Amino acid sequence: MKILVLLSQVPDTTARIAFTNDNTQYDSAGVTFIVNPYDEWYALVRALELKEAAGSGSVTTITVGGADTDATIRKGLAIGADEAVRVDAQPTEALQVAEHIAAYAKDRGFDLVLAGKETIDHNGGQVGAMVAELLDLPYVPLASKLDVNGTVATVERDVPNGVEVLEVSLPVVIGAAKGMAEQRIPNMRGIMAARTKPLTVVPAAAVDNTGGTVKFELPPAKGAVKMIPVEEAGKLIELLHTEAKVI
Amino acid sequence: MSVIVFIDSRGDKIPKAAQEAVTYASQLAGGPVTVVTFGGSTLLESLGAQGAKKVIVARGVAIVDGQQLTKLVCDVATKESATTIVCVHDGTGKAVAPRVAARLKAGHVAGALGLPVDGRFKRNVFSGKAQAWMEVTSPIKVISLSPNSIPIAKGEGTVAVEEYSGDLGAARITVKEVRKAGTGIPLPEAEIVVSGGRGMKGPENWAGIEELAQLLGGATACSRPVADMHWRPHHEHVGQTGLAIRPNCYIAIGISGAIQHLAGVNQSKVIAVINTDPEAPFFKAADYGIVGDAFVVLPKLIEAAKKLNAER
Ligand SMILES: Cc1cc2nc3c(=O)[nH]c(=O)nc-3n(C[C@H](O)[C@H](O)[C@H](O)COP(=O)(O)OP(=O)(O)OC[C@H]3O[C@@H](n4cnc5c(N)ncnc54)[C@H](O)[C@@H]3O)c2cc1C
Repeated sequence: MKILVLLSQVPDTTARIAFTNDNTQYDSAGVTFIVNPYDEWYALVRALELKEAAGSGSVTTITVGGADTDATIRKGLAIGADEAVRVDAQPTEALQVAEHIAAYAKDRGFDLVLAGKETIDHNGGQVGAMVAELLDLPYVPLASKLDVNGTVATVERDVPNGVEVLEVSLPVVIGAAKGMAEQRIPNMRGIMAARTKPLTVVPAAAVDNTGGTVKFELPPAKGAVKMIPVEEAGKLIELLHTEAKVI
Repeated sequence: MSVIVFIDSRGDKIPKAAQEAVTYASQLAGGPVTVVTFGGSTLLESLGAQGAKKVIVARGVAIVDGQQLTKLVCDVATKESATTIVCVHDGTGKAVAPRVAARLKAGHVAGALGLPVDGRFKRNVFSGKAQAWMEVTSPIKVISLSPNSIPIAKGEGTVAVEEYSGDLGAARITVKEVRKAGTGIPLPEAEIVVSGGRGMKGPENWAGIEELAQLLGGATACSRPVADMHWRPHHEHVGQTGLAIRPNCYIAIGISGAIQHLAGVNQSKVIAVINTDPEAPFFKAADYGIVGDAFVVLPKLIEAAKKLNAER
């Protein structure tokens, strides 16, 4: 089984969120970057498990980004991906990223394309679905479980108040959410091996420009918290009703 | 500007988020709009109240197959010469809207928080820790509206319901089974959420959280370790790696307020925090706080909620 995993670089979950250049750019000064948790913990690890279970196949990661993402890409190799591809372009918008990925994946015969359900910086949840459309493949978002039997994938998709169990023939694109796998911590051997695994840089494809973010803003600071003594705890309900008017 | 709106209208009522999307579309258009949907709903006429003039429905489609639904939406968009396609930023919308955008080479705003200002759409980024203003420069725009972003219009209007007659091809996805975990309000739609963390000590203690949520007409949620330990189902997990929600009222009980948890709930209009530790970081993000033991406070909240319900 030939598996492609979309892997994106994002700021660490505890990173300070601030902007520069008149609030048009994320301020990455001093920020540690990580593999997007959905891509790493769920998509990549499940891809590795499926390959291991099949006893054959390959797991390739693909990232759209500059050379500054190479260290993050190597983390994916350390966890166990066989090879990595980087499309040499700055990601600006979901469709542009998806077109780069589709241009690479087209005609390469991947049986399975796994994306995280969204990135924790852009939060769009779009790229997997867009890649699927561009490759004319089915796509299942918000998948919390994935098994492959021969050429058929069984997928559990989170729906309001429950899950749907689906079947779909390969090739297919899946948006991986929590539940699909457990995080793997790379060991020393993996980290050493990652240094020599192939990281292929491919040139940017011609893509569409449909706009993008023009400005960021931070939410207004919270006012002071109103404390209620524990003896009068019931008063909270009253205040939420009469003062905050939210219940 | 011609606006159409795609909604999932399956189920025994029109979902709240779908009514919001129709309201939003008609506000964008400045007048009644065409709705495109699928499934067997008999309530489609009611969408006149939210500003629909026509509903085109693919009756034969009962499941979310992104390819069939993308074809449906794109066909209707072409027929109506739509320049803006509104969707809901939910499970169905996530399977369809980005595909429609990719097919039509349209810019896609994933999770708009309201009407555009000077042509720019606001959406959450960095898991709710910041917002971005987005400009779409392509001739066609796809706008997915975040649930709980605008009030639902309750006007009057008549609706012509039309059956979609095109060929959507065979579904490539088959649904084998649907497992319902509950019948309550879906968490992303809930206006009131009562949430528990590791401070609740164990799954056997959730009855109080559930009772309070039920009394307030809300839904229940939890922190990540609670879902990881299987005290609660995964779909209740909120935060950076779970659901991001934006209810009017979020009541957090025995949750420390780690930055990754806050990322999923800091868009709540009002936050109330109950924690034994006065230094818990959550209090800094809260509007109301009680320093106290959940097992002492919860019964008092339940009692007060019963009293409130008896009065209203
Ligand atoms: C990459 C990454 C992503 C993450 N994503 C998420 C996410 O999406 N969602 C999430 O929630 N977490 C997430 N986390 C974990 C997060 O950092 C915290 O560990 C987690 O939120 C803590 O959960 P908690 O508050 O329930 O537990 P704890 O941190 O253990 O806090 C329990 C709280 O309960 C209080 N308490 C104890 N007993 C009582 C009592 N009797 N009555 C009242 N209060 C009591 C304690 O004072 C304490 O504040 C993530 C972490 C990482 C690294």
